[in-house]
Amino acid sequence: MASLSNLARLSVLLLLLVFLLQPIWFEPLLRPLVQANAPAIYNRGSLFWLTILHLRTVFIATVAATVVAVSLAILVTRKAGAEFLPVSRSLVNIGQTFPPVAVLALAVPIFGFGEKPTLIALFLYGLLPIFENALTGLTTLPPAVMEAARGAGMTERQQLFKIELPLALPVILTGIRLSVVISLATATIGSTVAAKTLGEVIIAGLQSNNLAFVLQGGLIVAVLAVLIHDALQGLERALSSRAHV
Amino acid sequence: MAIGIIGDTERKPLAFDKLGAIVAALAAYGALLAPFATFKANRIVQGETRAIWEALPPLLGYGLIALVTVAAVIALLRTPLTVRMASALAVLVALCFLAGAAADNLTPPDNAYARVSPASGFWILLFAFALLVADALTRLNPGPVVRLLFLAAVLALVGGMLFAGVWDGLSILKEYASRADTFWAEAGRHLTLALGSLAAATVVGLPLGILCHRVDRLRNSVLGVLNAIQTIPSIALFGILIAPLGWIAAYVPGAAAIGIRGIGVAPAFVALFLYSLLPVVANTVVGLAGVPRAANDAARGLGMTDWQRLATVEFPLAFPVILTAIRIVLVQNIGLATIAALIGGGGFGVFVFQGIGQTAMDLVLLGAVPTVVLAFAAAIVLDALIEMAASDRSQGRAA
Amino acid sequence: MIEFDHITKRYDDTEVVSDVSLTVEPHTVTVVVGTSGSGKTTLLRMVNRLVEPTSGMIRIDGEDNRSVPEFELRRRIGYAIQGHGLFPHRTVAENIATVPTLLGWENARIKAKVEQLLTLFQLDPDFFGARYPHELSGGQQQRVGVARALAAEPNLLLMDEPFGALDPIIRAKAQDDLLAIQKHFGTTIILVTHDMEEAFRLADKIAVMDKGEVLQYATPAEMLVRPATPFVEALIGSSERPFRLLAIETAGDAVEPGGAEGEPIPATLSQRDALSELLWSGRAALPVAAADGAVIGKVSLAGLVKRAARPE
Repeated sequence: MASLSNLARLSVLLLLLVFLLQPIWFEPLLRPLVQANAPAIYNRGSLFWLTILHLRTVFIATVAATVVAVSLAILVTRKAGAEFLPVSRSLVNIGQTFPPVAVLALAVPIFGFGEKPTLIALFLYGLLPIFENALTGLTTLPPAVMEAARGAGMTERQQLFKIELPLALPVILTGIRLSVVISLATATIGSTVAAKTLGEVIIAGLQSNNLAFVLQGGLIVAVLAVLIHDALQGLERALSSRAHV
Repeated sequence: MAIGIIGDTERKPLAFDKLGAIVAALAAYGALLAPFATFKANRIVQGETRAIWEALPPLLGYGLIALVTVAAVIALLRTPLTVRMASALAVLVALCFLAGAAADNLTPPDNAYARVSPASGFWILLFAFALLVADALTRLNPGPVVRLLFLAAVLALVGGMLFAGVWDGLSILKEYASRADTFWAEAGRHLTLALGSLAAATVVGLPLGILCHRVDRLRNSVLGVLNAIQTIPSIALFGILIAPLGWIAAYVPGAAAIGIRGIGVAPAFVALFLYSLLPVVANTVVGLAGVPRAANDAARGLGMTDWQRLATVEFPLAFPVILTAIRIVLVQNIGLATIAALIGGGGFGVFVFQGIGQTAMDLVLLGAVPTVVLAFAAAIVLDALIEMAASDRSQGRAA
Repeated sequence: MIEFDHITKRYDDTEVVSDVSLTVEPHTVTVVVGTSGSGKTTLLRMVNRLVEPTSGMIRIDGEDNRSVPEFELRRRIGYAIQGHGLFPHRTVAENIATVPTLLGWENARIKAKVEQLLTLFQLDPDFFGARYPHELSGGQQQRVGVARALAAEPNLLLMDEPFGALDPIIRAKAQDDLLAIQKHFGTTIILVTHDMEEAFRLADKIAVMDKGEVLQYATPAEMLVRPATPFVEALIGSSERPFRLLAIETAGDAVEPGGAEGEPIPATLSQRDALSELLWSGRAALPVAAADGAVIGKVSLAGLVKRAARPE
């Protein structure tokens, strides 16, 4: 069963790669979706490079969001930062009611068009699930384990790096996964503010009424999202299967 | 004999509040160093910024600085929560009024082209004191009814200020004034999309969830498919749905007549509906699974039929969890409905994307601000309802 | 030797430990008994400074326990708690190696120590060393918890309800193992429990706490004979008194000269269990055998009944 689904994953990944590198092979499949003289394969840039740029944007934003969110979560769960814990919890709750599109739209007046507002919006919105999960992970550690760590004579730093962070890791990873999936989708909308992402393909399709463009752009992002989601979930399972509490 | 000195409960006479220190720093920057308002000769050109004392008549300007100073000092010291909250609220209300006053003050008489909008200093001050209110509210931990009243009061105040024309001079309302009719039409469409798809998802998702709860094999496959749909980015799903719906419109007799089209409201509605299904179905399953076994056994022992048990035992006990799904879906749909504009589905997204297209940021705000307010209000209302439903249940248990 | 010197702990206005002074002799087992909220756990946690006293001083071998940084102090003192608190993301071997690793022992020494302890606790090092805690049974987890506490060869071991989560049969076994290991290493043990049975089974000396105060600090026999307050008497349980008294000493201590019919009982058996054997076999006396199997005399019903009576 497991090997079968691994096989399925692998074939989806291969299919995606082939499509990105040789989209022309798929032209006959997409041809029926467009009018006779319209192109069936995106012709204003390389799909492969757009995918790379899309992933790069999401990657940078997620790494930055992870570093900041986890550091903040560590800070507010230490004694010195405890005063910020209640307000940071409500900020996360409030922040998550902000639609990603609104965050993107509000970033434009401040940062202008292009890559920058998209990165900032992805970063800001990505912070929330990671921070929330890191907070959950760091505040719901089994009390007996923490008591044992203190009783064994670990310093605060040793407790954090040897016990708290490793134990919270699966929960933090869940946050990163949520954040990545949201970012993959929101990055698409980034193309409306002139960021170079796969959204360009979809928007070009919507503007020129080219269903083939919409479909290929959408499917690439969807497949990316499913594959990345799946891979991160596998990683979480592998990590948390050991750390049963 | 040595005496251990433990000071964790003692308070020094002049202790600083850490959050207050951040608020005070932000307030100092926002009030003194950052611009309060932006003035543009017309809606497209680059604006010029104005500090508080330039943007407002002297009395109001220095009055605001004085008020901010007092509130910042209150925040900085360890003062009672209610005092902190009252002073922060006073600053927020003053900021709202004075943003309008700045617009009236900066706009030359009889100039219909000039645009005044709040600048970074205003937003920083707003953020700083809203942070303080949020902190105080979190610590005061008011009950659901108080929260709802608070929300109603804030909305009434904002509505009153809009109605009284306090902000009529601000650029965002000038954008509104020139498209008041479309605004309300798009607002209606936005709400129809968000609420309609929620209603459809509830009607379909509840029975599906109950079915999944009863039939083990169905559960994994249904939840798996719904999970996969969730990972498809909204804009892609909206786009992908154009194809089948276009086909249906073209080939199914009567479909076009009831409004099914490849682009427009139909794909947006279907996409939102599909996104909404996962939370509804998953939470129905979780809620039903969480019903205590003893309650179910007792119901069976009393001779209830499956339907009676569902209606009188399982469903009421699972209700708060299901309500949580409705909250998630509603907040998510209000946000996602913005994207419908990209495929001609209307909603507040129309202004957002028009504004982005024309580089008219006030227009972007005209779309984004109502969306955020709606989502926020929906979250507060449903959180309160969930809490009431949950406490009803636990009281019922105790009785 | 651990000296509690006028120890008081206050949280806001409530005093959880009130002016406690007592001295724990080296190489003994001291059990602190009390109901929940009596302050017994707080008292224990002040020894390794997981809680700081409001006033007073604790001296370990004559030295103020605040004279070294707290993490150094804790590495020198073993600590085992209820629910074992094993680190779920680390193997059994890594868990046991916690403090030696913190102390920077060499790998070979750590490995040898882990194997020694696992063997001592009847856990096969090759099988259990690489397991994760969730793969172990409750009793095994608890043993690993105690092994971890002993890994750095501490002179002092603090135990907070260490057997609280175990079922009665496994608990009895764990208590026997603990006594054996205490003899083996000569470790001074302070153990906190709410279970009087456990206290009598393990303790060289018992301290009974209630509402933050130590009501009585005495040997089990003394406490049985002269309970300091009605509370102590109630805690011991008046119907249990004669049997607890018998439980303190072994059959070997009650040997009378002469022989008897029947299966010999071992001299190490408690007098309480010996009484039980007598009653069950329906005999008035049974022979007592030393460890080598040689009969050294007998125990009689009459002799035990005399011993179970309140001493003058």
